[in-house]
Amino acid sequence: MKAPLLRLTAICALGLAAAAAHADVKIGFLGTFSGPAAALGQDQYDGFMLALEQKGGKLGGTPAKVIKEDDQLKPDLGVQLMQKLIEKDKVDIVTGVTFSNVMMAVAKPLAASELIFVGSNAGPAPLAGKECNANFFFTSFQNDNQSEVLGKYATDKGFKKLMLLAPNYQSGKDQVLGFKRFYKGAVAAEVYTQLNQPDYSAEIAQIQAVAPDAIFAFFPGGMGVNFIKQMSQSGLVKKVPLLTVSTVDGTTLPALKDAALGVFAGAAWGPDLPSPTNAAFVSAFEKKYKRIPSQYAAQAYDAALAIDSALAKTKGSTADKAALRTAMRAADFPSVRPGFKFNHNGFPIQDQHVFEVAKDAQGRVSLKKIATPLPAHQDAYAAECPTK
Amino acid sequence: MSPEFLLTQLLNGVQFGLLLFLMAAGLTLVFGIMSFINLAHGSLYMVGAYLAALTYGRTESFVLAVVAAIIGLFVLALILDRLALAALYRRDHLDQVLATLGLVLFTNELVTVVFGRSPPFLDIPPALAGTVALGGGLAYPLMRLAFIAAGVVVAVGLWLLIARTRVGMLVRAGADDREMVDALGVDVHRLYMLVFALGAVLCGFAGVMSAPLLAVQIGMGERILITAFVVIVIGGVGSVRGALIGSLVIGMSDAFGRAYIPVALSQIMPPQYSDPLGASLISASAYILMALVLLFKPLGLAARG
Repeated sequence: MKAPLLRLTAICALGLAAAAAHADVKIGFLGTFSGPAAALGQDQYDGFMLALEQKGGKLGGTPAKVIKEDDQLKPDLGVQLMQKLIEKDKVDIVTGVTFSNVMMAVAKPLAASELIFVGSNAGPAPLAGKECNANFFFTSFQNDNQSEVLGKYATDKGFKKLMLLAPNYQSGKDQVLGFKRFYKGAVAAEVYTQLNQPDYSAEIAQIQAVAPDAIFAFFPGGMGVNFIKQMSQSGLVKKVPLLTVSTVDGTTLPALKDAALGVFAGAAWGPDLPSPTNAAFVSAFEKKYKRIPSQYAAQAYDAALAIDSALAKTKGSTADKAALRTAMRAADFPSVRPGFKFNHNGFPIQDQHVFEVAKDAQGRVSLKKIATPLPAHQDAYAAECPTK
Repeated sequence: MSPEFLLTQLLNGVQFGLLLFLMAAGLTLVFGIMSFINLAHGSLYMVGAYLAALTYGRTESFVLAVVAAIIGLFVLALILDRLALAALYRRDHLDQVLATLGLVLFTNELVTVVFGRSPPFLDIPPALAGTVALGGGLAYPLMRLAFIAAGVVVAVGLWLLIARTRVGMLVRAGADDREMVDALGVDVHRLYMLVFALGAVLCGFAGVMSAPLLAVQIGMGERILITAFVVIVIGGVGSVRGALIGSLVIGMSDAFGRAYIPVALSQIMPPQYSDPLGASLISASAYILMALVLLFKPLGLAARG
């Protein structure tokens, strides 16, 4: 039993060593690739790899090798894999990270390694505020942003009586908090559901009984598919404006199709944002992967472009951390989001939009931008971050 | 709270209860008769839903999707029985748990490879789209009513099968005393296979009926499986009648718990305490119920004497 295992390990090690000899810059990609939430990690990875492919396998003119690891949405496993990437694979830059709980867990080993980290989805509040790190950059958004923009939108629309729904865990509460930061009307009810609850019939009956002006909901992944399907079946989507975060996106729309028509979503990116880079990205992604990219793919695509621009400035060198950091901070890349830049805490300053689920030019169900309630928006925690 | 709201929650409870029943009926028979713990029971439910989504995607016919899920699950059950499970029937429970857990992981990966990671699309059949007005501004989706109707038909059919047929008699006898049935010359392995296939088909049916209501996704079976285990403990292992009682009890407590616990709590304490406490109480309600049942009727609600 032991000998074959040893042999296998030896072969693997040899393989890694051989690969390492060829690549000049090594990128560690940690993401969630298994379980119900795997679609997000997959989209991040596909977006990143698309950019790399377009650059001819090089970042900043240097051949790049991506080492992909699956954290399975387990923070402890994420830490182990992060340590493996840092110590064993000796990567030069780390990117990815799908979920905030994994992000918080890997932040410590990452900070200790002093590597440049470019997060392409998770954006937990502590890392934007008190625990911010000069080596961390996020091409996604701070978690609260997408709810904040909907809060502003609800206020702008003059909604007076809102009902808020979210799963009962940290992110759910953060989203509700973010929404309330910009929503000035009254909250008729706050409903916290079980995490990964498949059935929302009891909550939908409550919505019907409360009869709010609008609903704010945060149900990522499969929960969103369940919730929207059931809302649509109850006929509520057509009656009450449904403002959602991470609920209708590129990963859930293919499962929802027409059931999601008319649902609103807060996000910093959508496939119809008017920029030449974005149009090119969307069409290249669709051509390669035969599906409409999600915001996760767009964020990771930007992460690759950001790394590319920084490495181009340092001529492919990652040895001088300060130079690489300064080059990253400049955000000197053609983002798929017009006007994208980094704040002093490493999080973006970017337009936050509201999208509506609608048919695109080809008749597919997609996201259509309808408003930009928070232009050049920065997160609420940046002031607490000591990094200058 | 209005009577219409009460009626809506009652229907919700019945609907969720019947979904649990479709899962628990097979589980309780397999566990009761074969003394076989099958953690992969939830995976069969998932496979049923995926088969339905696949068929619906190709043919746009919900009837064909139901047929495909039922036939597909029957065939899958026979294959599983031959390939993997037959060797496990006589092993102890730990071996069964480990092997079927492996099967869960294997099925999840296989489904990922075949269907990808995003949930596939399955719409409500047009005939069942729309809602029925209950009055008072409340409407109830037709699809859920159809689910309830189908669940009732299956429950009655299962009762007739178990209570009125020779096969049913053997199944009941097997649940009471496996060795004796064996000793009387009944081909126990064939009986096992039949029971297992019946359970799988019920699962597949549950999968196809839930597919228009729920997200068809990897791991959808594991969550409901845990609740189904709670159901068979509450109802009494090996009893289909117990599974029905347990399912309805859990379904009702879930629907009414979710509707009334937060409201009740918010009247006796400030929202920052009542919201999280309410949510936790709802999650725990099924287990609290199970603990109470075990305390007062350790053999389950359907147990005689």
